[in-house]
Formats: sequence, structure tokens, C-alpha cells
Amino acid sequence: MRNRTARSILLGVAAPVGALVFAALVCALILAVTGHSVGDVVDAMSTAAQRPRTLVNSVNSATVYYLAAVAVAIGFRMKLFNIGVDGQYRLAAMLSAALAGAAFMDSVPSVLRIAMTVVAAMLVGAAWAGLAALLKVTRGVSEVISTIMLNSIATYLVSYLLNPARLAVTTAGSNNIGTRKITEGGQVAGFEVSGSSTKVFGLVLLAVVVGFLYWFVLSRTRFGFELKATGLSESAAVASGVSVKKMVVISMLLSGAVAGLVGMPQLLGSSYTYSLDFPPGLGFVGIAVALLGRNHPIGMMVASLLWGFLDNAANSLDISGVPREIVLIMQGVIVLSVVVAYELVRRYRVRAEQQAVGSALGRTKPLEEVSA
Amino acid sequence: MSTEPPAGAAPAVHLTAITKRFPGVVANSDVNISVRAGTVHALVGENGAGKSTLMKILYGMQQPDEGTIAVNGKPVSFGSPADAIRAGIGMVHQHFMLADNLTVLENVVLGSEPRKGVGLDFAAAHARIKEISDSYGLGVDPDRLVDDLGVGERQRVEILKVLYRGARTLILDEPTAVLVPQEVDELFGNLRDLKAEGLTILFISHKLDEVLSVADDITVMRRGTTVASVSPEDVTARKLAELMVGSALPVPELRESTVTDEAVLSVEGLTLVGADGRTVLNDISFTIHAGEVLGIAGVEGNGQAELVETLMGIRSPTSGTITLSGKDITNESTRHRREAGVGYIPEDRHRQGVLLEATLWENRILGHQTRKPNVRGPLLDRRGAKADTERIVVEYDVRTPGIDVNAAALSGGNQQKLIVGREMSGAPILLIASHPTRGVDVGAQAAIWEHIRRARADHLAVLLISADLDELIGMSDTLSVILRGRLVADHDPATVTPEQLGSAMTGAGRED
Amino acid sequence: MTVGGLAVGLKSTPTRRGKRLSPMVYLIIAVGALVVVSAVRTLSDATDLTSSGTVQAALTAAVPLAMASLAGLWAERAGVVNIGLEGMMVLGTFGAGYAGYQWGPWAGIVGGLLFGVIGGLLHAVATVTFGVDHIISGVAINLLAPGAALFLSKQFFSNAPGGGQKQSPRIEDAQKVTLPGFSSWLGTIENKHWFFVSDLAGVLRGITTEISLLTLLAVVLIAATGWVLWRTPFGLRLRSCGESPAAAESLGVNVYKYKYYAVIASGGFAGLGGAMLAVSSGQFRDGQTGGRGFIGLAAMIFGNWRPGGLATGAGLFGYTDAMALRGSNAVHALLLLLGIALIVVAVLQYRSGQIVLSGVAAAIGVLFGWWYFSSDQVPAELVGAAPYVVTLLVLGLASQRLRPPRFVGEPYRRGQAI
Repeated sequence: MRNRTARSILLGVAAPVGALVFAALVCALILAVTGHSVGDVVDAMSTAAQRPRTLVNSVNSATVYYLAAVAVAIGFRMKLFNIGVDGQYRLAAMLSAALAGAAFMDSVPSVLRIAMTVVAAMLVGAAWAGLAALLKVTRGVSEVISTIMLNSIATYLVSYLLNPARLAVTTAGSNNIGTRKITEGGQVAGFEVSGSSTKVFGLVLLAVVVGFLYWFVLSRTRFGFELKATGLSESAAVASGVSVKKMVVISMLLSGAVAGLVGMPQLLGSSYTYSLDFPPGLGFVGIAVALLGRNHPIGMMVASLLWGFLDNAANSLDISGVPREIVLIMQGVIVLSVVVAYELVRRYRVRAEQQAVGSALGRTKPLEEVSA
Repeated sequence: MSTEPPAGAAPAVHLTAITKRFPGVVANSDVNISVRAGTVHALVGENGAGKSTLMKILYGMQQPDEGTIAVNGKPVSFGSPADAIRAGIGMVHQHFMLADNLTVLENVVLGSEPRKGVGLDFAAAHARIKEISDSYGLGVDPDRLVDDLGVGERQRVEILKVLYRGARTLILDEPTAVLVPQEVDELFGNLRDLKAEGLTILFISHKLDEVLSVADDITVMRRGTTVASVSPEDVTARKLAELMVGSALPVPELRESTVTDEAVLSVEGLTLVGADGRTVLNDISFTIHAGEVLGIAGVEGNGQAELVETLMGIRSPTSGTITLSGKDITNESTRHRREAGVGYIPEDRHRQGVLLEATLWENRILGHQTRKPNVRGPLLDRRGAKADTERIVVEYDVRTPGIDVNAAALSGGNQQKLIVGREMSGAPILLIASHPTRGVDVGAQAAIWEHIRRARADHLAVLLISADLDELIGMSDTLSVILRGRLVADHDPATVTPEQLGSAMTGAGRED
Repeated sequence: MTVGGLAVGLKSTPTRRGKRLSPMVYLIIAVGALVVVSAVRTLSDATDLTSSGTVQAALTAAVPLAMASLAGLWAERAGVVNIGLEGMMVLGTFGAGYAGYQWGPWAGIVGGLLFGVIGGLLHAVATVTFGVDHIISGVAINLLAPGAALFLSKQFFSNAPGGGQKQSPRIEDAQKVTLPGFSSWLGTIENKHWFFVSDLAGVLRGITTEISLLTLLAVVLIAATGWVLWRTPFGLRLRSCGESPAAAESLGVNVYKYKYYAVIASGGFAGLGGAMLAVSSGQFRDGQTGGRGFIGLAAMIFGNWRPGGLATGAGLFGYTDAMALRGSNAVHALLLLLGIALIVVAVLQYRSGQIVLSGVAAAIGVLFGWWYFSSDQVPAELVGAAPYVVTLLVLGLASQRLRPPRFVGEPYRRGQAI
């Protein structure tokens, strides 16, 4: 038994590590072909790794990526693709920013004010995701398509609402448009790190709590079991008494609610206003991180830190004359090769386990099983 | 053993010493079959005897590790179905290989299309299909969409597909499994026509009466190898069955009656109209008492699966009521039914019974995720579930190195024993068992029967659906026959013979 | 419709198939639609609704969308979902920029096509050979492609004359042709603003004047796709992989091979779409595609996985795009059009017995009508959302008419056939 566990862990780690190495090789090749020095890049990256500022920024990015990944992973567990985390997060961040920045909020006690902001964001995210759930359970519309559409609709909706005539104000002295700035009582203080002018987002704790809850709900509760069962076999779940429609609705709402949190660390921890500099595409980063981390709470944490580091280290590449986009290429290659690697490992595992059980029991499996 | 080709014409198909291994398993070993040209040759064997693997080898979908194939006396080697087709072998699959959204014409010509330039020559295809359809009396309209066709018509399209490719040898894999009796008769009529035209037919089945009525020669397979070649005049169905299982059949038998007068499940006027408007269940009524096993006999596809799913709450009936221990559960969810004490052994364990990629103890929880010992409130009780899984493994003799392996690693029989053990836990009052011993080896079969028997003595009510008539007769206190969604006859299992049941199942025994 | 994933919510009801529309019926519908549009035009005085300028702009906008949806069609007909279209289009824009500025627009078109093919090949390797989930592979390509394009752009355009880090030097536009002798005469009629007649003239003038050869190429490709996929053995085999790969394999069709062909073609068409976008706007720019790959996907669904349908969808979405550029009066009239269309859907659904759906459609339709009559204009920011909203409405309200390939999105492994 022990042997098997050890091998199982080894196999589990082999895939992502293999993918990383492969991606690094591909990038080295690209750099070599385009006439850049691989050594320069490695140097720049390792110098960056020693700068506290880069590390702080990496943790901050990872906080956001982790939340996005958890949002995605909730759906993934039951083979539900919430491609719409992106739209959900932006709409939620924008509306909750408008709420948090509203004048009447200035008199609300700080904790309550922050709580209201966060809850509002979760509600908006859940509602936007709920549209996709509704279309799926009533009309069988694939959530992949509907969430893609809802992402784009959210983009237009946000740009419509982010207008001085509606929810936005023009920042004095610049032509930047954003929601009204959240005054100090609505902000979440960060953690100072020596040697770095930027602080670690206070809401990094939120990510930790979300990660813990995610782990607990998925592996320790009935709901988590039913989520997994539905993902493994919808028909078996139905026969076991799971209402798949209810599961779709609940997990989509949960996913959307967590997606709503994605914008919170930046909103309450550094920018205090929602403006167009909130990065699009976080939902897709979330998908990448969830894939790399195999929907596992710790795996996703490692993956989000890696992603955060790569993104922030990229800044120092431009200085050394290498286009920073080499990092984007690396990330893309990692995602593609890691899913391939996981698939290969999965196939190998099923075969190996069947063989192991077969030889442990000294008998042959009935034949239809193998060929079916 | 080996069969010598008969003198005169070379056999249409001659398989010699075929062996095929899969990781950890030998699927076929030393298989020898000789099929005379112009005959209907039946290949019989239990589920899992290796028939399907052998047919895949003959049709080029898999390659044998050892052995040779000869077609019309010439040795051949098939790398893909395309090679087999070229050699004049065609296959009619049990699960139809048809694309619903394509027309009959498109389905038929796919892969060997007549061409005009680079385009498809629709006119030529049309004419050719019409010609084949007419000359064998298949009555197929090339322009219809397959989605609109009934089961019998689809099978004729499958046969037409094969003939269109110029096949001289047709493999039919359990062709009657999905047919209603008239369709079976029509099919057999078609087969006789084909034989009359000099075609050779290899017919795979485990329905022995059908085999005896249509085949010229019979080869029996058991545990991956061919064990006998017989001619239908020389054997009885019972003898064939014994050849298939390798020993005198274990006959399931109930001892004294334990039937009480306490009604557990009452079904009244249950009717289900399918999505296509067809009435799948028609006014079904019955009652099962505590300690009673009600067996339902019927040719597959006559509404059994739908009946079971309706009783489980997976489908909602169009009308009628279902009462469990005096409580109307017609509109209750599957979960409520299970909590009220309904155990369920599904027909297709991979689809509804287990999570292949989850551990045994997680599979123990499946279907019982609201009950002890698996949960405490909304939380999983992992320790409780694991301990109880250990109990099932011991009590039900599930052969596994541990409860942390995935269900996929277990053999079908052991998966089934796990399911039976699970469904018997938590003191169910009603067990719905659909083909509980299908695809299970003889030892496990006897064990499963014993468990059902013991539970029945403990006042369990059982609805037993099976294709195995001996099992039905031996295990049931009451027997009903289902035909086209209706319960058409009741029989006393003490006096009924398989032959009588068989004719009731095909509608032959009906007075009207 | 399935894209792999859960089957919940899918009705097992056999879909009520709309009879295939004959060309005559199509013509009647088109004329009817034009009558409605011109009625709205007269009513709202939004001359831009049918002006030749709008039609021209709509065509230009529609061409890349049509190519993207053709790309989707090729992949999905063979059973492979391709949400990596957006990324493949991005690769196409770069390819066009690179080849286009050096060797002219047609080299740019070829360059874009080749770059798209690379994206398609990647998707094919992941999904077909390695059985990776189609959605996941698509997302990965969407992550990878923009990074790769920008990397290459910095590499090759930074020091090129007229180029920059995020844009290529100018590409010459493709030639434009005008049907001689038509244009001015139609223009006269168009300017009379007669009911229907002027509208028809505007539309005809729009499609005969200053038409880019790229547009003509797109038309040819749409027709050719229809012919290849539905009238040739190659197309039948390719479609069979999406309808029933097991059946195809059992008849000796090499499913992997055809899926490869399809996905590579899909990449090619997406790249072509990107290239046309870059060439017609005169250069490669970072972020140029702006979600057009997704609109292409939407147009394909709108068009029920058929070439004629997706062309209609692309035309319609291109039209809203053009309207957005034309100012708010015209866009405002779109609200009324949408409301009318929804009422039509409501009536159709009611007649086929879908009372609830009919009610929902009617309610949304009335809502749009009310919006039209109670406001003077539509905020420009919202117009871009129209294609997505329309697609969601189609999926939500008329999905029983849709017939996606039966096995689209399902991973397939050789030897699965039982």
C-alpha cells in the first residue's frame, strides 16, 4: 500500500514538473532561434526572484489568480466549465466598487462596510453566473457558450456603466474614469514587507480562507462528494439520488460568488476604485492555474504562485532586451503540455492499477471489461 | 480442440489458434472456428466468454497476438476494418453504428462512396441502394433521416450497409437483443433470404432458442476459448447452456415461501409515454409483499429499463401511482425513495452503479450519501464509510487488495458484489434488481442469489428483472411477463417451464 | 446542444426539425425582412438602416466574422469544439502583418492562413492525438497565441519602417471592384427614400459597389465549404466523425485523419479571418481581433451549423457592427427590429406548442419595444453586445431548432467502437 502511495505521489508530481521542463525547453529554443541569450533571461529572472518587491507583487498576483482558480475549479469538479469567471469578476468588482465608494457608505462602520462590499461582489458574481446556470438547466444551453457570450456582454455593460453619467467619476487631473474612490474606512490595510515599497494585500487572508473552505467542502462534505460524483458519472449520480440540475445551479452560483471575490484584493487593497486598469483575462488565468494545480487546493496555490512570479519577473525581461511576452508563451506551453501530461498519466495509472490488482489477486478479469 | 474444414469448398471463414491478450488478461486463447460457406453459423457463450473480442479480431478492429485467419481458404491479416471489408466481411453491430443526423444514403455509402469527379455521385448511390434493398426485401428508403427510423428499420439499414460493401460473410452481434418478436421473425426471414443467395452468416447470441431455430452449425465459447462445435439437431437448449457454463447449471432455488401479506410496493396503472410519443409503459399494476420476489420476464427492450427507472424516480410517469409501504411516492425524488428504503442494482453498472474512477469506499457512499454510516449531518464520515466498506468486502467476498483502489481496477463480478453489498446495507425494504448476475462468473452468481434469498427471508421485497429464465423461475415467488410495455401474463414459478415463459415473452402464447 | 460536459437540461425530445428551406422560401423571408426593415426605416427616419454605406461597412465587418464561423463549422462538423478560434485569428493577424507589409496583401492573406494552420495543428495534436478536453485546449491556445503574436511583433516589427512594438508597418489593401453601370443609377433611387424600393436599391448598391476582392473570396469560400462538406465523399466522411465517430471508424474511415484535416482547416480559416481583418484595416495591431473569434462562434451557432446560416449570422452581426459606427439613430431602430423578431419567435413557438417559451419570447420582445418607444437613443457602449445577446436569445428561445453535430465536444479514442 505504502509503495503505491509513494508511486502515486510521484506520478502526480511528474506531470506538472515534466510540463514545466518541456515549456522551459521550448522557450529556450524560441529565444535561441530569435537571437536572444537564454542565460540573460535566466539571470534576469533570478535577479528578480531576489527582489522583495517582485516577490510581494508575485504574492499579490497569486492571491488574485488563486481566487479565480478556485472559482473555476468548483465547476471543473463536476465537469462544468465556467469560462465566465472573467465577466463575473469584472461586473462584480465594478458594481461593488460603486457601492463601496458611494457617499452614504462613508458613515458605515469600517468592518461592515468592507463586508458589504465583499458580499455585494459575491452576489453580483453569483447572479451573472446564475444566468448561465438558468439557461443550462431550463434549456440545455452549454455553459461554455453562454458564459463566453456573458463575458462579452459584461465587457460592454461595464463600459456602459463606467461613464460619468452613470456610476463613474472623472479623476481630477487626469482623464481616467473610475468609480468614486473608496475612502479609508472601506479599505483593507496591507502587510508591510521590509525592502519593498508595495504591501502584501490584506485580503491574501481571504484567499487562504477560501482555499480552506474549498478543501473542506469538497473533501469533507456530502455536497463535495456529490459534486465529484456528478463529475465522474452524471448517470450514476442521478441513480444515486443526486439532482444534477440543483447541483448545476448551486455550483455555478458558488463559482460565480468566488469569481466575484477575484477583484476584491486589488480594489480594497491598492486601487480603491474600479477603473479600466482592472486586467481582463483573469478568468482565463484562473482556468490555467486550476488546470496546472489539478483543482487541488494546495496544487492551485503552488500554481498561482508560479504564475504570479512569472508575470512579475517578466517586467525585468524587457529591461534586458527580451520581449516579456516570452513569459506568456511559456505559460501557454505549460498549460497545453500539462493537460497532455495529466491525460497520459491518467491512462497509465488506470492500466497499471488494473494490472496490479489483477496480479495481486492472481486471476484474470472478465474479458468484456477490458475491451469495453 | 480444432475443427477441420469440411471436404469440398473452402470454409468462408477459418480461425485457427487465435490468442489475444490484454494487460493482465487473456481474452481469447486458442480459438478455432470453421464457418462453412452459405450457412448460418452461431457462436454462443456467456457474457464475458470472449465472443466480442473474437469478432473484433475477425473484423479487423483488434489484431490477434497469435493465430491465423483464413477467408475462403486464403490466409489474411486485417489491420483495420477496411481490410476486413475488402475481404468481404461485414459486421452488424449490436449497438447500431449509425449517425442519426445523416440520411440512410449517407450512412450506407460512408467510406465507399461512388464518385463523380471529386463529388459524391448521389444518383448512383441512390440507385444502388434501391437495388439492394429491393432484391433482399429490406424495404429501405435511402432519403430518410436515420433519426426518424425505428429499431427494426435501423437494423435493416445496418445489413444494407454491409451488403452494399459487397460482403459475402456477415457477422451479426446479438442482433435480436433490441428487437421485438415480430422484428425478430422478420430478421430471421431476411437471414434466410441472404443464405439462399449464398451469403454466409456468423450469428452471435446467447439466446439459445433463437440459435437453435436459425443456425446450421453452433460453436460454443467459454472463458475465452472454443469448447465445442455442435449441430442444432444434436443438442437441446439445456445441453447448450451446460456447454456454455462448463458444468451442470447451478439452479437457483428458493426454499419455503416467506411471502407475507404486507404490501411493500404497489404500482397502479403506471403509464409512461416516451419523448417520441411512444407508449413505453402501458397501464402496469402489481404489488410486491414483504418477503416476496416478483420476477419480470421479457425480451429486452420491452419496457423493463423504463419501468425500473420510473420506480427509482429517474423518470416521471405520465400517469399512475407508486406506493411504498402505504405512502404515495409517485412524485418523490430518487433520493427520498432511496432514503425510504429502496435498494437499486442497476442493469448497467458502469453507467449507473459505480464511479469507476473513485475508490471502493467512495463507491460505498454512492446512493447512500445521506445515511449512516457514511455521513454525519452534512459532513462525510470517512471513517464510518471505510469501516463499512471493509465489512462489505468481507461479507460479500469482494476480491480486492484494499478499499483504496479505484472501482475500475476490479473485475465486473467484484464490482457487482460491491454494489449488491452496498444496496443491501441500511436495511432496505425493497430491492430493485435489474439483471443482478449479468456478466458475473458462476461463483459470484451463486453468492448473489444467496444474498437475495437471505434478505427475502428477512422480509425484503424484491423486484427481479432478468434475461436469464432459469434465474427468474428459480428465484421468484411470482412471475409476470412484460411485452411491449404491458404486463401480459402471470405465471406460477413452481409450475412454469422456460418454454412456456419464452412463448409468453414473444407474444406467441397470447389468446387475443 | 452539447459541448461535452453534463447532459443535464438537454431534452431527450426529438428535435422538431424545421423543413429545409427552399431558395424560394429564403427569398420570401429575405424580402419580408427587408419590408419590415424599410417600414422601421420610414417610421424612425433612420436612413442609415439600409443605406449603401451601411451595407458596405456591414460587409467589411462581416467578412472576418464569416471566416471565423467557417473555421468553427469545419472543426465542429468533425466533432471538435474550437474555442481557440480567437487565438488562431490573432496568429492570423500577425502572419498577415508579417507577410503583408513585405510582399503585399495577398502574401499577407497566405501568411495569415499559414499561421492559423499552426494554431489548428496545435489544437489537433492536443485534442485528437492526446484526447485533451477540447475546451481546455482551446483556452490554452487563447492564452498562448496573443503572447506569441506580441512576442513576434516586438521581434520583427519594432525596427521595421513604420512599424512598432505592437503594430506592423502598413499593408496595402486588396483591390476593390464595382459592378459597372449600376452604382450611380441605384444611388439615385436610394436617395429618393421611397418605401422598400429605395431600401432595396441601397442594399443592392452596397453589395455591388467598391467590393473588396477579399469579400468575394469569402463568398467563394462559404459556398465551397458547403459543397465540400455536403456534396463530396471527403465531406461526408468528415461530418460522420462529428455525427458518429464509432460508425465512421467501423466503416474504415480514419477518424483521426479526418479530425486532423478538419481542425487544421479550421485553423486555416481562422487565420484567414485574422488576415482579412489585418489587411482590410491596413496593418497588424495588438488586440486587433477584439473577441471576433467568439462572435464567429456565435454566428455559427446562430446559423445552426450550416454555411448559409452562418453567413446570415455573420452578416447580421457585421450589420450591427456597422450600425454602431453609424450613430445612435440607426442603432435605436435596431431595438424595434429585435422586438419584432422576438414577437415572430413567440408566435412560432406558440404554434409549436411551446407556451412558456412563447411567453418568455413575447415578454422580452415587448420589453425591447417598450425600450424603443420610451427612449430616443441607445448608448453606444451597449451596441457591441448585440451579437452576444442575440445568440443567447437564440439558444434560450429557439434551441430545439438547432442541430449541432451529435458528438461534438466528445473526446474520441480509436477502438472505442464496440
